[in-house]
Amino acid sequence: MKSESITRTVIEARSLDLTFQTNDGPVHALKDVNLDISQGDFVSFIGPSGCGKTTFLRCIAALETPTGGSLSVNGMTPDEARRNRAYGYVFQAAGLYPWRTIAKNIKLPLEIMGYSRSEQEKRVQDVLELVDLKGFGQKFPWQLSGGMQQRASIARALSFDADILLMDEPFGALDEIVRDHLNEELLKLWARTGKTIGFVTHSIPEAVYLSTRIVVMSPRPGRITDVIESPLPKERPLDIRDTPEFIEVAHRVREGLRAGHGA
Amino acid sequence: MKTFLAVLTVVAAIAAFWYAACVPMNIKSVLNTAARAGEVVVPADSKARRDAGETGLVFRNTGHIAATWAEERPRLPAPHQVAAELWSTTVDKKITSKRSLVYHGWVTLSATLLGFAIGTGLGILLAVGIVHSKVMDMSVMPWAIVSQTVPIIALAPMIIVVLYSIGIQGIIPKAVISAYLSFFPVVVGMVKGLRSPDAMQLDLLRTYNASTGQGFWKLRLPASMPYLFASLKIGIAASLVGAIVGELPTGAVAGLGARLLAGSYYGQTVQIWSALFAAAILAACLVAFLGLLERLILRRMGEKA
Repeated sequence: MKSESITRTVIEARSLDLTFQTNDGPVHALKDVNLDISQGDFVSFIGPSGCGKTTFLRCIAALETPTGGSLSVNGMTPDEARRNRAYGYVFQAAGLYPWRTIAKNIKLPLEIMGYSRSEQEKRVQDVLELVDLKGFGQKFPWQLSGGMQQRASIARALSFDADILLMDEPFGALDEIVRDHLNEELLKLWARTGKTIGFVTHSIPEAVYLSTRIVVMSPRPGRITDVIESPLPKERPLDIRDTPEFIEVAHRVREGLRAGHGA
Repeated sequence: MKTFLAVLTVVAAIAAFWYAACVPMNIKSVLNTAARAGEVVVPADSKARRDAGETGLVFRNTGHIAATWAEERPRLPAPHQVAAELWSTTVDKKITSKRSLVYHGWVTLSATLLGFAIGTGLGILLAVGIVHSKVMDMSVMPWAIVSQTVPIIALAPMIIVVLYSIGIQGIIPKAVISAYLSFFPVVVGMVKGLRSPDAMQLDLLRTYNASTGQGFWKLRLPASMPYLFASLKIGIAASLVGAIVGELPTGAVAGLGARLLAGSYYGQTVQIWSALFAAAILAACLVAFLGLLERLILRRMGEKA
């Protein structure tokens, strides 16, 4: 993924600040955040609660408005990027509509964006296959396990083929085994689609296993304390987690988290 | 089977209580009638009977208990008398007859349904407005609440008089009163239902750059369906009450309310009770129909079977 072409910067944050005004006074959610994310990167944001990792992702998605600094997505403001449907967003809860089948849930963004019926059908089949849910299109969400529901929600985010995929602790509510499986699947999906992925997580192994870059953040005020370039190869079987390289990176992440906490 | 027995037991207990209540309620008039017919009653003096307690009279005249369940104009008619009256005024009468409860029931039902349709439509419209506009939320909602604190029995005559003075009479004034009662639960339920999607669901639509209209049709409206049906069931029962109340102040000649009124003019308690039961049965049928519709629609919306 390196030397094929000049890597384009898709997300660029410069001294980004965000202060929430609450009843208990202002809360500094993000302070002086600088980050470039290149096309095809898999960037994880890790840190304790309140470190602003989700807030930063929401800023990229124009779900929050920064109070200072600059942020561009695909060379546009985040809000323009949102209007151009530049990204798909996956939340911690699958958030499928219980009254729609899986296929119709995946169609939701396509209906909103005005795709033709035949195009909708085709894309639904494509993404169902991509997340390994072929044959489950006519099921209702409650008929699927939590992991399958989350896969469906990823399919929904992929259906309109945005270049950027933003994922906010998508596997946070799932058990370890399902999570491992979905992590593996996600890497395959990333390899096949070449999307740029921003991924918020609590889990060090998950961040190290998935990412090309790991952004370590710390709270009060929310800021970046370390950005780690992963030396791991792009091909990553699950047992790569037992290699010295993996443990080395995980160690560095842990150190970064600890340092941020002490400050 | 076990639940069936339990339900049956409850029904039997209610019936037993009712029959028991008939005895002291009707004993005085039964004894008066018996005394006039020359039968032996204790005490024989009518003045003494008037001042005596009902319970005591019952114990001193156990032979007359059966008669308390068979009076022509009892203070409290027995269940079988009401049932017999219901049967004779529905099944045995031609439905075009002025004494048929089916005829009177239809008069009330048509006003109920019209009022329910108006009330539901108005309720949904107001709810949509309230959810989408802060101004409406702050200006309409308080009035909707205040409107329900005014006793309908006080308001109904005024609605009828005002509408009559501008030349509207017949089914419309009744339907208006009916709508007045039924719009409120629909407003409250629909506001709650339309607001039920959580922040994440709304954020998701925002990431698709969905319009407010798309958000309404694709998310808010379907999400509000269970709330709507709960409100509709309350609303239709309230509609029926409204239509009946609307028949009272005009001294209407047709409708369940008219039957109630006529019954009370002439002391026809059996007629009053049968009209009451007809109204209750009608309401139960309407609510049951809505329940069926709810099951059908929510099943189609993928609800767990």
